[in-house]
Amino acid sequence: MTATDDAHDPGRRDFLFLATGAWAAAGAGFLAWPFISQMNPDAASLALGSTEVDLGQISEGQVISIKWRGKPVFIWNRTKAQIEEAKKVDLGQLPDKSARNENLPSDAQATDVNRAASGKENWLVVVGVCTHLGCIPLSNSGDFGGWLCPCHGSHYDSAGRIRRGPAPENLHVPPYAFEGDSKIKIG
Amino acid sequence: MQGHSTYRPTGGVAKWLEDRLPIVGLVHSSAVAYPVPRNLNYLWTFGGILTFMLVAQILTGVVLVMHYVPDATKAFESVEKIMRDVNYGWLLRYLHANGASMFFIAVYIHMFRGMYYGSYKAPREVLWILGVIIFLLMMATAFMGYVLPWGQMSFWGATVITNLFSAIPIVGPSIVTWLWGGFSVDDATLKHFFSLHYLLPFVIAGVVGLHIWALHHVGQNNPDGVEIKDIRKDTVPFTPYATLKDGVGLVFFLIFFAYFVFYIPNYLGHADNYIKANPLVTPAHIVPEWYFLPFYAILRAIPSKLGGVIAMFGAIAVLFVLPWLDRSKVRSAKYRPLFKQFFWVFVAVAVLLGWLGSKPPEGVYVTLSRLATAYYFIHFLVILPLLGTFEKTKPLPASIADSVLGSSYGGAHAAAAAAPETRG
Repeated sequence: MTATDDAHDPGRRDFLFLATGAWAAAGAGFLAWPFISQMNPDAASLALGSTEVDLGQISEGQVISIKWRGKPVFIWNRTKAQIEEAKKVDLGQLPDKSARNENLPSDAQATDVNRAASGKENWLVVVGVCTHLGCIPLSNSGDFGGWLCPCHGSHYDSAGRIRRGPAPENLHVPPYAFEGDSKIKIG
Repeated sequence: MQGHSTYRPTGGVAKWLEDRLPIVGLVHSSAVAYPVPRNLNYLWTFGGILTFMLVAQILTGVVLVMHYVPDATKAFESVEKIMRDVNYGWLLRYLHANGASMFFIAVYIHMFRGMYYGSYKAPREVLWILGVIIFLLMMATAFMGYVLPWGQMSFWGATVITNLFSAIPIVGPSIVTWLWGGFSVDDATLKHFFSLHYLLPFVIAGVVGLHIWALHHVGQNNPDGVEIKDIRKDTVPFTPYATLKDGVGLVFFLIFFAYFVFYIPNYLGHADNYIKANPLVTPAHIVPEWYFLPFYAILRAIPSKLGGVIAMFGAIAVLFVLPWLDRSKVRSAKYRPLFKQFFWVFVAVAVLLGWLGSKPPEGVYVTLSRLATAYYFIHFLVILPLLGTFEKTKPLPASIADSVLGSSYGGAHAAAAAAPETRG
């Protein structure tokens, strides 16, 4: 095979150029990935432990805010009236019908039972981050007896479900479990 | 473009250099001999002012970095150290912080000038698009810079703006985690933003180079929007005419800038940003910097998360296609009686949106935001295309020289009566 033959067979030459170029592009892609991936959470952030909270100090009606994975988690000891109010709500009235509860299957519906702690319906544990753009909602405010986000006016009810405003989802329920009667472990 | 004169190296060294790297010739042709329309007004000095501001921001930024610490536990304190302990630190920081606002004041005037005089029309579409890219890069740079002092507004502004990306279906939450480098805005986020805030101004400088290259290739637009026909009659050399006029504009701009720096350095800032970032408490009323307020109002006007984000980015994206939405052959609003009125309505609506962005998202403010947002898009998508078809424009002057000096000078006859105003 001489250079003259190549000139008479441009298809072969084009194929070699394209194949070489494709390999170079794939190589560039592999090389680019570490530059992109380094911005993702590092091993130390991923290994963030769980948080334990003693519920004994929280009186009826009180909401406390604790820090978990850098975000606030609201723990609310709801009154009977607040629970009843949340239970009365028809699913059809909810903009987001999913329970958003990491302790339940993802297709669970947003009933109060599915939102509150299982078997201990007075306790509501939710991540205190508005599902719109991440502000911290204010407790015991808004038109639905739950939270009001001061940034863009999202109203949540007494089960932490979005009722009005730009937020698309109910406040998320983080993975947590009771350890005894008055202690929970989040995460 | 053909210039007013050509650089001829005289001494031996100059000739030797010009044969090897014709850099003096390049400077001569683009900053000395370059032909400038003789009817330019002071609105055309903002390109020079913006170049000055970019250099000024880079210089003050580079020296601030000598004292700033990009660490979530130390950033806020290091900024206070700059203010209290570093020699002239207060001055450098106020120059840099207010400089960002001045940069945006200048760029908004520059953009509205381009809209009024139709500077985006053929053959200047690429020039305009490069400008919109610079505007986007400026917004990203300014946003990330505002996060660095790590005050309450820094932190919550960063939270709200990065969360915009979570509206993107499927990949949104992963993008947000990637931007944050964690599960909330935290130390890793601050370090990402610090690195990019240092990088982007140099990217801007590169695109500014392309912007100026495109400008010098197609030539400047002018208040009458007619092309240069005769370089001798229609233009003057860049130096001394444009250089000195830019200098005068810059001096007045710097007086305005200095008034802010020395008398009201925190007027454009927010008191909450002198409170250290607290991830557990959102300030009662979050507002971005003033230059983002119109876009923030558009974001909040739409009662859907994804919809709001699309509208906000759409408000900027529509600028990219402006050269093809405005279909009128006449460039300058001077000769477009209807467009001129709609232009000022648009400016008023843009200012109204800015005011609404600073108000809480409730009651009448929401309704007004929705109306103003609707008008913003109607201006670009309905009014401009229709005007191109239905507007009866005034006759254009035969040449730039005609419009400045009257028809006798330019030697044009037929269009003489056409120029209603002989002085720009």
